[in-house]
Amino acid sequence: MRHLLSIGDLDRDDIERICARAEQFSEVSDREIKKVPALRGRTVLNLFYEASTRTRSSFELAAKRLSADVVNFAASGSSVEKGESLKDTVLTLAAHSPDAIVVRTPHAGSAALIAGWTSAAIVNAGDGKREHPTQALLDVFTLRQRLGALDGRCVWIVGDVAHSRVARSNILAFRAMGAHVTVCGPPTLIPRGIEAMGCDVRYDLDDLREADVVYALRMQRERMDQHLVPSLREYAARYQINGRRLGARQVLMHPGPVNRGVELSGEVVDSPQAVITAQVKAGVVVRMAVLYELLSGARAVEPVPLEPQLA
Amino acid sequence: MRRHGATSTVGAPPGGARSSAGPALVHAAPPPSTLLVRGAHVLDPRAGLDGPADVLVRRGEIARIGAPGSLDAGGREEATEVVEGEGRHLLPAFVDPHVHLRTPGQEHKEDLETGTRAAAAGGFCAVLAMPNTAPILDAAPILGALLDAAAREARVPVGFLPAITVGQRGVALTEMAELRDAGAAGFTDDGLPVVSAGVLRRALRYQRLCGGVLALHEEDPSLSADGAMHEGPLSARLGVAGIPSVSESTMIARDCALAGYEEARIHLQHLSARESVEAVAAAKAHGVQVTCEASPHHLTLTDEAVASLDTRLKMNPPLRAESDRRALIEGLRDGTIDAIATDHAPHARDEKEVAFEQAPMGTTGLETAFAALYTELVVPGVLPLGLIVEKLSAAAQPFALPVPRIATGEAANLTLVDLDARWTVGEHGYESRSDNCAFAGRALLGRVLMTVAAGSVVYRERAFALSAA
Repeated sequence: MRHLLSIGDLDRDDIERICARAEQFSEVSDREIKKVPALRGRTVLNLFYEASTRTRSSFELAAKRLSADVVNFAASGSSVEKGESLKDTVLTLAAHSPDAIVVRTPHAGSAALIAGWTSAAIVNAGDGKREHPTQALLDVFTLRQRLGALDGRCVWIVGDVAHSRVARSNILAFRAMGAHVTVCGPPTLIPRGIEAMGCDVRYDLDDLREADVVYALRMQRERMDQHLVPSLREYAARYQINGRRLGARQVLMHPGPVNRGVELSGEVVDSPQAVITAQVKAGVVVRMAVLYELLSGARAVEPVPLEPQLA
Repeated sequence: MRRHGATSTVGAPPGGARSSAGPALVHAAPPPSTLLVRGAHVLDPRAGLDGPADVLVRRGEIARIGAPGSLDAGGREEATEVVEGEGRHLLPAFVDPHVHLRTPGQEHKEDLETGTRAAAAGGFCAVLAMPNTAPILDAAPILGALLDAAAREARVPVGFLPAITVGQRGVALTEMAELRDAGAAGFTDDGLPVVSAGVLRRALRYQRLCGGVLALHEEDPSLSADGAMHEGPLSARLGVAGIPSVSESTMIARDCALAGYEEARIHLQHLSARESVEAVAAAKAHGVQVTCEASPHHLTLTDEAVASLDTRLKMNPPLRAESDRRALIEGLRDGTIDAIATDHAPHARDEKEVAFEQAPMGTTGLETAFAALYTELVVPGVLPLGLIVEKLSAAAQPFALPVPRIATGEAANLTLVDLDARWTVGEHGYESRSDNCAFAGRALLGRVLMTVAAGSVVYRERAFALSAA
């Protein structure tokens, strides 16, 4: 694997291999000294054109636990604000010879574009509304820990599918792992033609009980300004996952940050069905696995040198 | 009045000084060529020609047409260049009513010289330039300056379509009567729709005074919104906001109704959707005076090509579904679609080297129009060559431009093509200043070897020129 740009570039074996390696790294994260020398001397550059504390720090932790050097480049307060183009910024940063660039931008296809401008391995950390592949990988990893194999499992993705890169990457990933995917949300937030991705489309939660997994998406307040739904109140009335709607045997997921009282009620966030913090924890080890895969050149799951770095 | 065949190179008359209203077509005309094209397959459906012939061009006109081998170059006072046409096709040159020459203000993308050089290389003998420049062409002094510049710089005759509304803001009509007197070939707010039905209605009524067809870019911005590609399964998968087909077809239905009510003439630009073809067919059946065009890229490509998010494939209207492409082809065949127009829209490389959603809309098209259509539609047997040839100049009629015709006494507007020549788009660069071509890298059949516009040779393909020398 040269880059991680889209879940669509991975097959089931790739996803399983990354999950297996993440499993190995889980052990590192539970140690007192959470660091291995696997990527010592390598440089990972975080290039974020959108505000992101969670994903960026997750990548930063992942790189540091592999002993890579990390540089964070946030678009605000940089040359970007002086009007520099994406290409010129990337060429400038590439002159420092990073081994990997983790990139998030508000525009679809940016990560693939950057991959054509530098020899660094590119990790797509979100390109507009298109994809967020590491989120999908960590979601698959989390679910497999909880449920085992996903074959035949039924996943409902609920909310603003139209504006969600998480939804797109997860439809691809869950389907690759054998799950059945249903997307559900207000008709104004379900893009025309999404069923061509191989998912079912519903506009109400009437059959939510069929789901083994309920994956709620964040409802952005700016959708209100665009009048895409009449009100958050009506949205919550129709689509909020709450104690009444969530079954005891269902698993609840959310990419964060949660709007309590909008897409999720407070009670379900704190319920035993919720794996939201497990997702965050999985984020670091899955990103370690991705960086390791891209930068070590390893394809098969071989033992990773896991001895703590004694420095 | 400067028309096809004019050999004067002096500047256009200032606005208001023209003796009569009508479209001005201006270029820096080279001296007329004296030329004998011998033995080419002459194909002009309008003239009823489809077979080998000799064609003699002299003093700006097609002087004689004879059986192959019947005309000779000797015995005349001027030296006559002989072009061996055997195995090649001689066609009436093409007329493009929809190009962006980017002058004034955006000369880093294209200018009158490079744009018309691209036109000549594509086999075009006349083009009409759009007004969405900086400043916008919305007043007679700007038109006068452009005609002056074209008389110095343009390789093929070029006309201009000033804006319908001041600043293309969709509010106040431009001084359309004065613009017509100054040589406006028609009017358009291209790049933008005339959103207000009331404003468009006023423009349609005003046509009774000033004449000139209104060329309309049909798009309801409340439906297209921030869309960047065709709305469908691919836009859903890519997470790119879609431009639905109905954003075009609903405006077409509205504007056809307005044109019918006002008994005005409209020309619809760059049809892209099946629903639009249906709307035009319905309007024509009701007697509305409407003509329309489709582009080579909409006739040969679909949104599948956009899966890579290559910004050269981003244009407005967007490449749509295969069913839309099929409907455009049928529209061309049954006459619902009157003409082919390229919507040649050059953009500088750095402007296109950005994320798809941020990239400006548009593809160049003049240099690839014939080959793309020939390769994708004629070679597979979808449409006959004669139909493509006819549609490539058919826009002349609604814009009241001279229609190229291979007949004795007509102005010499000719394109010599080699249908067997295979070339890869962009392999030797472009005549256009920009390289944002939707067909870049594609292997195409059919190469324009030579273009004669208004009586003089304006283009020779490099290898052809060398072989002939």
